Amino acid sequence: MSSTLDAGGSANTHPSTWKRPPVLVKNNTLRYALIIGAIVYLVLAIGSLEVNWARVYEGLDRGWQFVKGFLQPDFTSRWKDIKIGMIESLTMALTSTVAGVLISIPIGIGAARNLVPPFVYRICRSIIAISRSLQEIIIAILFVAMFGFGPFAGFLTLSFATIGFLSKLLAEDIEVVDKSQLEAVRATGASWWQLVNYAVQPQVAPRLIGLSLYRLDINFRESAVIGIVGAGGIGATLNTAIDRYEYDSAGAILLIIISVVMLAEYLSGYARKWVQ
Amino acid sequence: MNITENSGVSHLRWQHRTGVQRLALWVGWLLLVAFTVYCWQVMTESTIWAFVADAPRQAADLGSRMVPPKWSYINVLWVPLWHTLNIATLGTMIGVAIAIPVAFLAARNTTPSRFFVRPIALFIIVASRSINSLIWALLLVSIIGPGVLAGVVAIGIRSIGFVAKLLYEAIEETDTAQIEAVTATGASRSQVVNYGILPQIMPSIYGISVFRWDINIRESTILGLVGAGGIGRQLQASLNVLAWPQVTLIFIVILATVVVSEWISAKVRHAII
Repeated sequence: MSSTLDAGGSANTHPSTWKRPPVLVKNNTLRYALIIGAIVYLVLAIGSLEVNWARVYEGLDRGWQFVKGFLQPDFTSRWKDIKIGMIESLTMALTSTVAGVLISIPIGIGAARNLVPPFVYRICRSIIAISRSLQEIIIAILFVAMFGFGPFAGFLTLSFATIGFLSKLLAEDIEVVDKSQLEAVRATGASWWQLVNYAVQPQVAPRLIGLSLYRLDINFRESAVIGIVGAGGIGATLNTAIDRYEYDSAGAILLIIISVVMLAEYLSGYARKWVQ
Repeated sequence: MNITENSGVSHLRWQHRTGVQRLALWVGWLLLVAFTVYCWQVMTESTIWAFVADAPRQAADLGSRMVPPKWSYINVLWVPLWHTLNIATLGTMIGVAIAIPVAFLAARNTTPSRFFVRPIALFIIVASRSINSLIWALLLVSIIGPGVLAGVVAIGIRSIGFVAKLLYEAIEETDTAQIEAVTATGASRSQVVNYGILPQIMPSIYGISVFRWDINIRESTILGLVGAGGIGRQLQASLNVLAWPQVTLIFIVILATVVVSEWISAKVRHAII
């Protein structure tokens, strides 16, 4: 009876187990080749690690001290340095975000294909590509060499990095705005400026504000890093604390950074909800 | 004829906001500007403007020292480059391996306890995300010593937060009908995860991992600045002796690596999704 239903095989050889079909690579040979390649790579990579286990063992004690420092942070003994570093970081983050946003708005508009002629588009896109492909820390090294140590070099670095980030996202946002609104405003005989002001700006402004707040958060986090190469901010303080093996002060600085970032994330989420 | 009528209504211009709203907006912007100016004052208090004014000359000087790049130095860079690749790849693997359980603990629909375990998982994610890998490397170099291992662990720790955050959002967005169907067969909790949830988030896991790998390549090129191995260490050595032609070559190599990794990651993600 059942053999008529079961076209392929005989009645008593139903498969009793089910094997999940391969998800990614359907071709068997290719899949095994990839797996073997990955294993060979892993062996080579792990072999090249050159771990000095004696040093690692020695370091475990210091790692434990760091964990203790993180759990019992010492805010008081280096409070003066921490305060200066935090003020530098926060002011740097805010001023560089404002400067970066002001510069990114024209570049972002210029990099939107639906608003500008092709040659402007290409110029603006290459500015964005340059700004995005260089890491903050590399730019910071160059700016510190040019402008001297301190938060001013950090300000320039973060502004430069903000331009690439914000203009790209802004341009992509402008490129997907609702076309009917553009057409409607254009149909009234509006000039290019009026088009940008009345058709594009209302559509992208909420997201631009949200992105700016997000970038403020990123800039603060980055300001903790570029201090390592001399561009001011809390990073310099942190670097000193770790160099002196003062893990309790380092733990305090890290906790401050984490809580500022959490606070910023919470506030920017709230602000974005309010804007939209 | 109509002119008087027109001029009569012309003051009734359409406006987007009411008077109070406009005033509030204006005051808000004013406060932002004032606060920014104040911050600027505080920040530049200790800036020596003579150095800033001198910057164009410094830039020209630096530029003249940096070109032409010292091409023969490339032979020294192959091994550090291989280490950089390993730091990024192994770090990503460690990060993803730890991030998957953390993501399951953090997702609202799979967490074992919403009031106890979930906050801990979320704190792990935030802590890992808010501290840059360079700072993790700085810490780890002082704890486990300079070398590639510190870089791998730093990249791994940094990746946990990023991967886990994106992944737990993907888990929360899974289709409940499939999970219910698997649950209805009498499957255990782990079977529900394995057959109901995992197949749905598998593409996200691959996509996020490749995306993070790309970012990690970018970050691992500079980890050497604080002693964690890779090409950044050569950069640090060259900077210390002010060997600018070598620095230029390293910048070029880093840029090329980043571009290639971005291209690979885009190709792979395109193939998966």
